[in-house]
Amino acid sequence: MSKEPMIKLTDMNKWFDDFHVLKNINLDVFEGEKIVICGPSGSGKSTLIRCLNQLEAHQNGKVVIDGIVLNGNLKNLQNVRKEVGMVFQHFNLFPHLSILENLTLAPQWVHKLPKEEAESYAMDLLKRVAISDQAHKYPGQLSGGQQQRVAIARSLCMKPKIMLFDEPTSALDPEMVKEVLDVMVDLTKEGMTMLCVTHEMGFAKQVADRVIFMDEGQIVEEADPETFFSNPKHPRSQEFLAQILY
Amino acid sequence: MNLKYTKNPEKRSLPLMQGLAVWMKKNLFSTPLNSAISLVLLGLLFKALGPLFYWLVVNSTWEGTAQTCRHNDGACLVFIKEKFVFILFGFYPRELLWRPVVAISLFIGLCLYSRDVKRWNKLLLWRWLKLILLCAFLLKGGLFGFEAVSMDRWGGLPLTLILAFIGLIFSYPIGILLALARTGSLPLIKALSVSYIELIRGVPMISLLFMASVMFPLFMPDGIVLPKLLRAQIAIIMFMSAYMAEVVRGGLAAVDKGQYEAADALGLMYWQKMLKVILPQALKIVIPPTVNTAIGMFKDTSLVVIIALSDLLMTTKTSLKDPKWLGFSVEAYLFAALIYFIFCFSMSRYSKRLEQVFSYGGRS
Repeated sequence: MSKEPMIKLTDMNKWFDDFHVLKNINLDVFEGEKIVICGPSGSGKSTLIRCLNQLEAHQNGKVVIDGIVLNGNLKNLQNVRKEVGMVFQHFNLFPHLSILENLTLAPQWVHKLPKEEAESYAMDLLKRVAISDQAHKYPGQLSGGQQQRVAIARSLCMKPKIMLFDEPTSALDPEMVKEVLDVMVDLTKEGMTMLCVTHEMGFAKQVADRVIFMDEGQIVEEADPETFFSNPKHPRSQEFLAQILY
Repeated sequence: MNLKYTKNPEKRSLPLMQGLAVWMKKNLFSTPLNSAISLVLLGLLFKALGPLFYWLVVNSTWEGTAQTCRHNDGACLVFIKEKFVFILFGFYPRELLWRPVVAISLFIGLCLYSRDVKRWNKLLLWRWLKLILLCAFLLKGGLFGFEAVSMDRWGGLPLTLILAFIGLIFSYPIGILLALARTGSLPLIKALSVSYIELIRGVPMISLLFMASVMFPLFMPDGIVLPKLLRAQIAIIMFMSAYMAEVVRGGLAAVDKGQYEAADALGLMYWQKMLKVILPQALKIVIPPTVNTAIGMFKDTSLVVIIALSDLLMTTKTSLKDPKWLGFSVEAYLFAALIYFIFCFSMSRYSKRLEQVFSYGGRS
């Protein structure tokens, strides 16, 4: 494969004041790859994917997304954000807008789509995540699982090339985890490039091309899920897996 | 689904008197101690309100002259009958009085019409703009054969309403801009906004009004004289904006950080993010303090008396100086208080209603 990677991180570093959160991160992600990032709390995994759409700015090193260099240039940042969708732990739907309006807001304002077009595409996506009958309700009237599915649909409305998931199931009641994971699995079948911070090891085994294990701001181990779960090499990954898979 | 709903027994409807008895038993006389407290409080209430009732209703004088009033103990409502036109409209020419009356009626009418949020659209905005121009024309005159009335003769309720209402509609958007500047990331604009807000909040409104009336003309080029009313209006807008800015800033800080991040992640630009996502939520959160500020400002407009503008409170004071009617200040001030109360209480009730209207089906 001589193709350029979709995401290329080179010696990326980030500090929160004096705290060194990300240390010399090097990572290439190719188009269509599914990456699962795991690691103990505070290891910098969320910060890592938040750097990809610059919700957190990195301090040095190079971040290139789909050929666009993120170097503080606002125009570049805007272009990257149009291509990168993100799903949050706490959904972050806009509570003052109906479900349909949540989906059509960005396409109408960022892509300047006419309202009808944005709405018909949004309804298609809502059908796909099986919430089309709730389109005119408000986020507060939906269950957590439904809200997260809406949030996924909202990101997809922008027709992103890359989807980032920041612990999408951690804030959900246990019985709602599956409906969200089902939507995500469905998404992997379309060749979407995905980076997912999650502790759902079943999901990782099922869909990930690579699992990345982080600890203390570093990428400690990187392997295919088979190898990572059955035969982790690094002592810290072994310890972590022992703790989560009794 | 065939679910059967049973009625909450607390909510069943009883005949009025029986319902009242149940309510009193439950809320006033549930235990011996509560009964005792209730009786004491009711007694005190009676003791306090009884004399007022006698003064205002039983012994009050409705007909006659100042002499009749002085013979009786009660409230002199003849005084109010005699003076209310002056208190409400000050020195506005008597024969043209219909003009401010029509202006105020139209204003209150459109306020009532605009209560319903469903009617808020561009058309309504245009109606408001037209109304403001029409009211200004009615008060000022000077065109189409309408006799001109100098601003010095405006007074009473129209003046108070102008100062408060114009103050509000200008200071609200300015306050929002100041709050955005203060919370934004542009250092120079932020510094300007912070200094403005802190400077204005650091001085009393009276000093600002004095400056507007005494110092401001010194800065103006020769020959240009802004009317005193306009200068006071500018001072009030400047003052109110600083307070509104801080109220709005509270709302901006209260919106969940995730909302900012979600809007950023979707690629919305700053103004899109603010207008479509953040401000609608922030302004809703701060409805109570916004109305609180508006009510405070409505009453603070009475401070313009110190630069000799005859607003509602000033006309009330002036009405007391009539040699024929000396000594009825309680009646006069109660009357003025009643008018202030009607407007402030309406605002406060309306704020409550807005909060309910904008509570979008639970929270996320």
